[in-house]
Amino acid sequence: MAMSQIKEAPNHIEVVGSDSAVSVRNITKNYGEVEALRDMSLEFPRGQLTSLLGPSGCGKTTLLKIIAGLLLPTSGYVEVNGKTVQGPGPDRAFVFQDFALLPWATVLNNVAFGLEMRGVAKSEREAIAEKYIGDVGLSGFEHSYPHELSGGMRQRVGLARALSVDADVLLMDEPFSAVDEQTRRKFQEDLLNLVQNENKTFIFVTHSIEEAVYVSDQIAILLPRPSRVSEIIRPSSFRNKGVDNIRRDPEYLDIVDDIWSSLRTYVE
Amino acid sequence: MHLFGYRLPGMSSLILWGLLWEIVGRADLTFFVPPLSEVLATLFAIIGTPAFKKALAETAYAFSLGVFFAVVIGIIVGILMGKNRLLDELLLPWVNVFLSAPLTALVPVLMVLFGFGMKSIVITTALFAVWIIILNSRAGVKQINRSLIEMANSFGASPMDAFFKIYFWAALPEILGGVRIGIIRAVKGVIIGQLLISIVGFGALFELYSANFLMGHFWAVLIVLFALAFTISEFLAYLERRVSYYAAKR
Amino acid sequence: MLSRANLLKILSALVLCGAWELAGRVPVSYAFPTFLDSMQAFFEMIGNGMMLAAYKETLRPLVIGIMISAVLGIGLGLWVGLNNFFDWLFSPIFIVMQAAPLAALIPLLVLAYGIGLTSKVLVVCIMAMPVIVLNTSGAVRNTPESFKEMGKSFLASRTSVLLRIVIPAASPVIFAGLRLGISAGFIGAILAELKITPTGVGDIITYSRSIADYPSMYAAIFSIILLAVLFLNLLEKIETILFKGNQRGYVSD
Repeated sequence: MAMSQIKEAPNHIEVVGSDSAVSVRNITKNYGEVEALRDMSLEFPRGQLTSLLGPSGCGKTTLLKIIAGLLLPTSGYVEVNGKTVQGPGPDRAFVFQDFALLPWATVLNNVAFGLEMRGVAKSEREAIAEKYIGDVGLSGFEHSYPHELSGGMRQRVGLARALSVDADVLLMDEPFSAVDEQTRRKFQEDLLNLVQNENKTFIFVTHSIEEAVYVSDQIAILLPRPSRVSEIIRPSSFRNKGVDNIRRDPEYLDIVDDIWSSLRTYVE
Repeated sequence: MHLFGYRLPGMSSLILWGLLWEIVGRADLTFFVPPLSEVLATLFAIIGTPAFKKALAETAYAFSLGVFFAVVIGIIVGILMGKNRLLDELLLPWVNVFLSAPLTALVPVLMVLFGFGMKSIVITTALFAVWIIILNSRAGVKQINRSLIEMANSFGASPMDAFFKIYFWAALPEILGGVRIGIIRAVKGVIIGQLLISIVGFGALFELYSANFLMGHFWAVLIVLFALAFTISEFLAYLERRVSYYAAKR
Repeated sequence: MLSRANLLKILSALVLCGAWELAGRVPVSYAFPTFLDSMQAFFEMIGNGMMLAAYKETLRPLVIGIMISAVLGIGLGLWVGLNNFFDWLFSPIFIVMQAAPLAALIPLLVLAYGIGLTSKVLVVCIMAMPVIVLNTSGAVRNTPESFKEMGKSFLASRTSVLLRIVIPAASPVIFAGLRLGISAGFIGAILAELKITPTGVGDIITYSRSIADYPSMYAAIFSIILLAVLFLNLLEKIETILFKGNQRGYVSD
């Protein structure tokens, strides 16, 4: 029972959608008796950031992992760039909520891990890793260990690792939820720049309404029991106003309020 | 582990091993392994005998007494160490030393100082168990959340009240864990004591049966001993689980 | 200037030795020599080479037994940890072995294998192996799911996941298991010497006791406890360095 409405935010001009990098078609996922996802369909436009937003228990992380190929759906399928997903692939990279860094490896080796698994030679993968370590602002920490870094720095390592394999689709599972508020805000600003500069499709799971509205080109609101897409919102008028001005933009505030009023009934 | 779609219970492979034992015994592969059925028959035969009952009583006596001392001394010392920094710094290195030291080496000393009787065995048992009980009791006290203490103070709880109503329960899961491990060590201690010091209790039976090549009897007593040790350990684990429902949220 | 902790350690050591000395002088028992007497005997035995010769004897079954236990134990532990069938088959055995007083098997081993090196090595092995196997299998089984998932998401092959993620993640606990196994092995070695045939250090202990040379007896006991404690503490330090404080193995018993 997928209800997919394009809800337009007030005073907003619909931007013609680009083609879909990722298509989710009629995905159902059952764990024994429990129905985590039911007949869910969704499109993710190429080169843009789509958020999956919803209260806990709505299956957003499950959906993300199915797209990543880490979980198999009970029925339905996912297409990435036209090819059906059978498992993890080089076209998708995952950023984990708890960072999933190898504690015994240096930052350099952690970032190079994805490349190593793909058989890239040592000198080459270290060079690539160094570049991305610099890109995420961790130059100088190549030989540090995860336990020597703060939470925010560790997530940057996770991000660098995901960027370094140069996948088309970047999947992020509540990546900023385990860091403090100030670091989180910085990450959100950096993410906006990243989406603009990298030619990748981003799929971003979050339970924070402000975060979703701040960073997304498209927000898919998921509701639980049964899991379904209830609306899709495409905020656009404040997209290009610069990172500092978004949070005071009237459209931003309106959208946040609207989402909250429709979600509040689902908070336990 | 699944078989034909049914989930097999945890320790069920022991049944398989039991069958193997039976087969090996019947095949008479080695003198030292009689069939399990024979062992079990012997087991039931000797359980009622006075010799066995005496051995059980002697072992149980030494074990219980040793455990009693270890638990009382261990918990008290552990709690004191947890609360008092000076005492902790003085005693902790020694507790750690004795925890990892091969206590078996001390048994000759005990024999020489306390004679060849029950006293030495009780002390051996207590010595094996006490160090881990101290360590765990100390840990239990140390990890009591500061805010619980502050809460008790802010509501004006008397020291007695605070101890019995809050600290004791907050530290209990850890203490029980230490007692469980301590008791397992005590079982080893009482047997080692009996093997080395004076031949009483189960130690005596083992010596007797092996000297007379009564393998069926030997294994029967061994099974009883292992079963007792395992039962005690599981019982304590059960108690620990009952208490630990709140352990993660302290 | 020494830190407060170290100062107190030295102080408490002095207190203990002082108490020992006093107790010996009282004397608490005719069989309780003073600290100084025991130390004298200790250094004498080192001086005349008795100590070294004795340890060569005593350490032989210990070292052999530990090496066998380590190789077999870790191997079996990995197997059990990775394979559900072998977990079902072997875990109960080792769980029972851990709770049970394995020392009871010594008379049986003597009966079966005589009083030579073999039975002593076997004693060390049965004492050391259970904890090594259980720690290894537990560590492998409890690899944090998110590490394995991460490996999968970056297309690591099953071998890679095993070698590059599961085993390094399990190393601290495996090492702790080795340490506990060695500790149990020490007990086994001494037990073997005191019970089976006295050789090496066990011989010094039993012989001195029989001729009432208590300082030597206490010195020998002191030496083995000292050796065991120093060695195990060294292992703990190595553990801390190897695993950089972030990944400490938990001590299971």
